[in-house]
Amino acid sequence: MTFWVSQSLNSLALGGLLFMLASGFSLIFGLMRVANLAHGALFMLGAYLGLAAVKAGLGFWAAALTSALLVGLLGGVMERTLLRRLAGRTLPQVLLTLGIAFIIADACLMLWGGDPMRLPAPPELSGAVRIGDAVFPRYRVFVIVASAAIALALWLLMERTRAGAMIRAAVDDVGMAQAIGISSSTLFTAVFCLGTALAGLGGVIGGPILSVYPSLDQDMLPLALLVVILGGAGSLAGAFVGAYAIGFIYTFGQVLVPDLAYVILFLPMVAVLSVAPQGLFGRRLG
Amino acid sequence: MAEPALSITGLTKQFGGLPAISDIRLDIMTGERHLLLGPNGAGKTTLFNLICGDLAPTAGSIRLFGNELVGLPPRKRTAFGLARTYQILTLFPHETICRNVMLALNGLRRGKWAAWSAFGSQKGLREEALAVLERVKLADYADRQVAQTAYGDRRRLEIAMALALSPRLLLLDEPLAGLSRDERVTVQDVLGEVPADVTVVLIEHDMDVALAFAERITLLHHGRVVTTGSRADIAADPRTKEVYLGA
Amino acid sequence: MSARVLPYAVVLAAMAMVPLVSTSPFYVNLVSQIAIAAIGALGLNVLVGHAGLNSLGFAVFPGLAAYLVAWLSTVGGIDPVTAGIFALAGTLAVSALFALVALRTTGLGFVMITMALCQIVWGAAYRWTSVTGGDNGLSGVPRPGASLLPLERPEVFLWLCLAVLALALVQLGHFFESPLGVALRGARDQPRRMNAVGYDVWRIRFAAWMLAAAWGAAAGLLYAWYHQFVSPHMMAVTASAEVLLMLVAGGAGTLAGPLIGAALVVLLKNLASIWIERWVMLLGFTFVVIVVLMPDGIVPGFTRLRGWLRRLKPAPAPTLVPRERADG
Repeated sequence: MTFWVSQSLNSLALGGLLFMLASGFSLIFGLMRVANLAHGALFMLGAYLGLAAVKAGLGFWAAALTSALLVGLLGGVMERTLLRRLAGRTLPQVLLTLGIAFIIADACLMLWGGDPMRLPAPPELSGAVRIGDAVFPRYRVFVIVASAAIALALWLLMERTRAGAMIRAAVDDVGMAQAIGISSSTLFTAVFCLGTALAGLGGVIGGPILSVYPSLDQDMLPLALLVVILGGAGSLAGAFVGAYAIGFIYTFGQVLVPDLAYVILFLPMVAVLSVAPQGLFGRRLG
Repeated sequence: MAEPALSITGLTKQFGGLPAISDIRLDIMTGERHLLLGPNGAGKTTLFNLICGDLAPTAGSIRLFGNELVGLPPRKRTAFGLARTYQILTLFPHETICRNVMLALNGLRRGKWAAWSAFGSQKGLREEALAVLERVKLADYADRQVAQTAYGDRRRLEIAMALALSPRLLLLDEPLAGLSRDERVTVQDVLGEVPADVTVVLIEHDMDVALAFAERITLLHHGRVVTTGSRADIAADPRTKEVYLGA
Repeated sequence: MSARVLPYAVVLAAMAMVPLVSTSPFYVNLVSQIAIAAIGALGLNVLVGHAGLNSLGFAVFPGLAAYLVAWLSTVGGIDPVTAGIFALAGTLAVSALFALVALRTTGLGFVMITMALCQIVWGAAYRWTSVTGGDNGLSGVPRPGASLLPLERPEVFLWLCLAVLALALVQLGHFFESPLGVALRGARDQPRRMNAVGYDVWRIRFAAWMLAAAWGAAAGLLYAWYHQFVSPHMMAVTASAEVLLMLVAGGAGTLAGPLIGAALVVLLKNLASIWIERWVMLLGFTFVVIVVLMPDGIVPGFTRLRGWLRRLKPAPAPTLVPRERADG
């Protein structure tokens, strides 16, 4: 019983981190038809920047904020200078975002070396809480709550604000959105900044759990892709359901069949794609 | 009376709850020239897409010479003698005109799976393609790249792609769109030479050509059949004016 | 010998003669690497260049074949040739399963799914230590050796690679001009029309996927025998990206392009390993530079250049715009 409770909580924590990563990817994809393959690298960059900021003497919270802002800024620059010309053109998009991912990953390796590093959790969240018989790190509870709060905030943004309405309109039909006077240019940049900032923030928040190491990007990007494949591109609800589904499957897979945890991820993909090629909540990818 | 070539009953298509086609019933006899009339958004092209299988209907039945088409993929419908053209040219731009038709001819043959012999080497394929091109008056340009071909000629190639399948039911979606007056006359001639036993359903906005060609007309509006009848019936029907003038 | 075949024959003959000219195993091995890479790039070209399916998980095919042959001939104790045959068959079987997933989509969905599939297999190779050796991989993979064909000698191994490359060029050269090859490009350009004239677009793409898998697996076998060692790195994202770079650099959709691209990338990689250590960063910058300087890709870039040169000569300009032809 204790095992199930604590692993379920671990699953929720990983799912929350995946949501921070995948929701931005999914929004960017839905809005701009761009698959940002640098998203995993930006998550890792966020973690390293957070770590550097903490080492430079900033508190955890200030480091998280700084890191998210910097990564979001970088995302905005990417979008404005390079990506905006490539909507709908698959191969150049893939090459460009992958190229940026490689540059970021190798730069991180160059700057911070190859050894895994631990990003310390903020002191006020150290220690553990008891849930039933299970003893659970306080920080992970925070991750679960914080990611749920971010999901709620994103939902409110999308459903209750004018900007959100514009994004939803543009996800449905970019041409239509332009016809009714939505400046897709500003909107695109804003969403790209938001999506990449979320990835950066996810990196810092995830740092104390996942630790920070050179192939973190290669571990996280496929999980984010799976989330989007399962949930459907462009859908916040899809990213939410997909993220927690993958969080559970991967966490329990790692504990129960550690050798084959990756192979088990294949199963939900097969199951969902055979029923709904466009993902559970998505429009057709294609 | 003989069984209709195309028999549609209760056909409905909804997009996210919004009906594009509602409860359409339509019988078209073998050899008939039938015109679908209606303002933009009436559901004409959607109806074509349902018949050829690009879209799946929400409800209803489509029978072609007694065979139920609903549920079959487009390629199986083609085997029953269905062919169509597209309003937006759907050609292979990197191939020559002749090879476009050869590709279409191959669609119903087993030779399409050959992975070693050269595409042009199949016996009689090129000759057959040239014969089809003769019918649309393009044989002289057979070896021209589609990308280098004038728009008017491409429109006729669009028709050739469908004729290559020797269809028994031919769906033509605005075959005159964007053509000059001379080119229209040529296409009219081409359509006039379609064998009499081939059933033709036409979507066309050029009323002169369409009315000269079609014997029977179906008027669609908001995805519903307003009325079906002969040329004279439809011209005399007050609802025709209503639909077009929005009165 | 036709004029089309001649240049390939000359290039392959020149590559085969490298061991006769140079005694340095460095150059012989370099040419072997180019030949193996070219076989893989030719396979990916079926998908990217002709099917219009941009796979970012191509390395899964050579990876599976290499791991299978390595495992069967070391742990399994089967002789290398039999192991190679089983590895090819096994890779094709797994690839067919993957096709059921990957071919559900096209476009960016296909990119994401192929990448995810490859990462899953990479993850298995990396984590399933008891079988795959984890990060250390499997070493001591024996090369097939017969009295007739002493493959342990670098020059003989090179000739085997070149023979397989020649086979790939001949097979694919015929395939691209065959009815199925033309249909594959038709399914790329106008899938709707292809369906409407009676083709089964899914099966055509499946055939292309399996053909790509077969040549990828052949490259993987040679890779395992060449290095006598396999590791998860051969299925990393960078590995798939390198093959993609070969295509983009040489020209996707052409027969010679993958060969040229493979030579360029292998040379660049070897040079980079001598002068700088940052291959991944160089790879990244190469991608960014290609996209920024040649936004339509290298091949259309050159095609456009050729078009300008041709336009210097007077030629009748075809009419492409509707409604603007002069009426008589």
